[in-house]
Amino acid sequence: MRSLKVSALTIAATALFAFSAAAADGPGVSYGQKISEADVKALDIDVSTSTGAGLPAGSGTVADGAKIYAEKCVACHGEGANGGSMYGPMHGGIGSFVTPKRKLTPGSMYPYAPILFDYIRRAMPMDSPQSLNDNEVYALTAYIYSLNGLVKEDAVLDAKSLAAIKMPNKDGFVVDDRPDVKAVRCMADCTKIKP
Amino acid sequence: MAKDKDNGLGDGRRSGGVLPVSEDRRAFLKSGALLAGASAAGGLGIATAHAGSVKVPESNLSMGREIPAKIYGMPSKYEAHVTRNRTDVFVNKQNWSDWSMTPLQHQLGIVTPNGLFYERHHAGIPDINPDDHTLAVHGMVKQPLKFSMSDLMRYPAVSKFYFMECSGNGLTDWKAVKSTTVQQTHGLLSCAQWTGVPLSWLLDEAGLADGAKWVLLEGADGSAHARSVPIDKCMDDTLIVWGMNGEMLRPENGYPLRALIPGWEGNVSVKWLRRIKVGDKPWHLRSETARYTDPMPDGKWRQFSMVMECKSVITRPSGGMKIPGPGRVEIEGFAWSGNGKITAVDVTVDGGKTWREARLEEPVIDKCLTRFRYSWDWDGGPAEIASRAVDSSGYVQPTVADIDKVRAIVGFVQHHNAVFPWSVASSGEVANAIA
Repeated sequence: MRSLKVSALTIAATALFAFSAAAADGPGVSYGQKISEADVKALDIDVSTSTGAGLPAGSGTVADGAKIYAEKCVACHGEGANGGSMYGPMHGGIGSFVTPKRKLTPGSMYPYAPILFDYIRRAMPMDSPQSLNDNEVYALTAYIYSLNGLVKEDAVLDAKSLAAIKMPNKDGFVVDDRPDVKAVRCMADCTKIKP
Repeated sequence: MAKDKDNGLGDGRRSGGVLPVSEDRRAFLKSGALLAGASAAGGLGIATAHAGSVKVPESNLSMGREIPAKIYGMPSKYEAHVTRNRTDVFVNKQNWSDWSMTPLQHQLGIVTPNGLFYERHHAGIPDINPDDHTLAVHGMVKQPLKFSMSDLMRYPAVSKFYFMECSGNGLTDWKAVKSTTVQQTHGLLSCAQWTGVPLSWLLDEAGLADGAKWVLLEGADGSAHARSVPIDKCMDDTLIVWGMNGEMLRPENGYPLRALIPGWEGNVSVKWLRRIKVGDKPWHLRSETARYTDPMPDGKWRQFSMVMECKSVITRPSGGMKIPGPGRVEIEGFAWSGNGKITAVDVTVDGGKTWREARLEEPVIDKCLTRFRYSWDWDGGPAEIASRAVDSSGYVQPTVADIDKVRAIVGFVQHHNAVFPWSVASSGEVANAIA
């Protein structure tokens, strides 16, 4: 009898705790509509660029990329991706990061080759994003990497061959390790702001 | 391209005697601004000349403007000089991937009005019908979900004050003077009260799968801007918001829905949020490799440097203004930290040789703009003024020289949180003195 009483109390206390915990940690309601992964397919455009997961089927050649580039990209990025009316060059710069003038291009900067595919597919051409099919995106990616000397002129890129490209800046990144500066709260006779 | 050269306060009558250099001299005399200067001197106990009689205002002598049946109220026409301006220091050649900066020299209090909140876009400003907007949550979750705006707005909402700052704030002015005003040097900074729901609620509802460590946030703009964010920050204080300063978000700030990641660089608070995907590793997209990374020594780059570290700046007097004469000058400015609360702000008037603690104005809120004030009796000689903030983690705002020792300040450098000096000439003119 006694033990029963204790359990009842314990149950009541637990229920009360559960209620207050819900109020503190969550809304206590759920309004999300259940869907499946298939329902998100049209939006699911991202590539996990370090592995290439998310790269679609299809392929493209450097030659096809050059043609598409001449039609849809050259106005802003210039002939041969040398830089155009809006944006700077998209090739070169490999090795420049140890000089005072770092030149950032897909070839010099991207640690993983699928980054270019992901970016073109989601955002380019700027005046008509997401209008290219996957073969066209592979072709443009092949063309830009060929200008950077990272694939041969007869290259055909697909999910496998794109993810296999070795990028010069693969080991160029360090993860945030700040605070990296330890300033002192000096009040008198301090080093001036511009020493 | 905005080229408006509003270099200062624009209105001497409420400037506390600090005037924009560009102010027309005759208007300046007529407006009584000189008297403001005189009364500043009066604050030091110097006798003022007789100031003349006070007239009946014209507005007493007629009916005012009719009351419209419905209207969205706008600022006075006399405040038309207070605008958000695109940079004319670093000029982009197109009008879609660019930024527009808050006139901090005009901001009163800690909340930035919605029409002046800074902007950064990667493909222009979409115009989204909230009835058509859907947020999808999927990936490494037990149950993928979608939410309409009305689904989201049924939750018990929370409202929180947080600053937001672009990682590129100040990138034009590290080792050379490029900008004139504090709007140009620090205007990729704003603060608002945000209304929405904790992201943790939505992720809990979907149920995180084992091994979930990173979350992709993706926008519905023309760049489908996306960033990878660690799960710990998502489950901590990250919000999904639709409200900003008491109304729905403005289109340029993500209407109808955006992420709000307190204290972190603005671009991770993805606007026009359409999709949240849970994964086990970061995506390493262009926006987190080729952009929004920091050059480091030996040709390296620092990645995922998302916290905006402790920083402060004097907004008055600041670049482009003029102090009318010796006497009391009310120095004021902002301090903020992505790592906590502001615990102290110090002010120097001698270029950093000596510092005095400024007054902090309530409220002092975690990851929010904090106002500081310091009353300075200017002797009329050349001076160099600056502020230095300390936050609740104990971090002291560094100088450019401090940062220069550990990072590579070359090119387009983000995360400039250094002490920012302004020079004061004997003429009273205030100018950028970063270098």
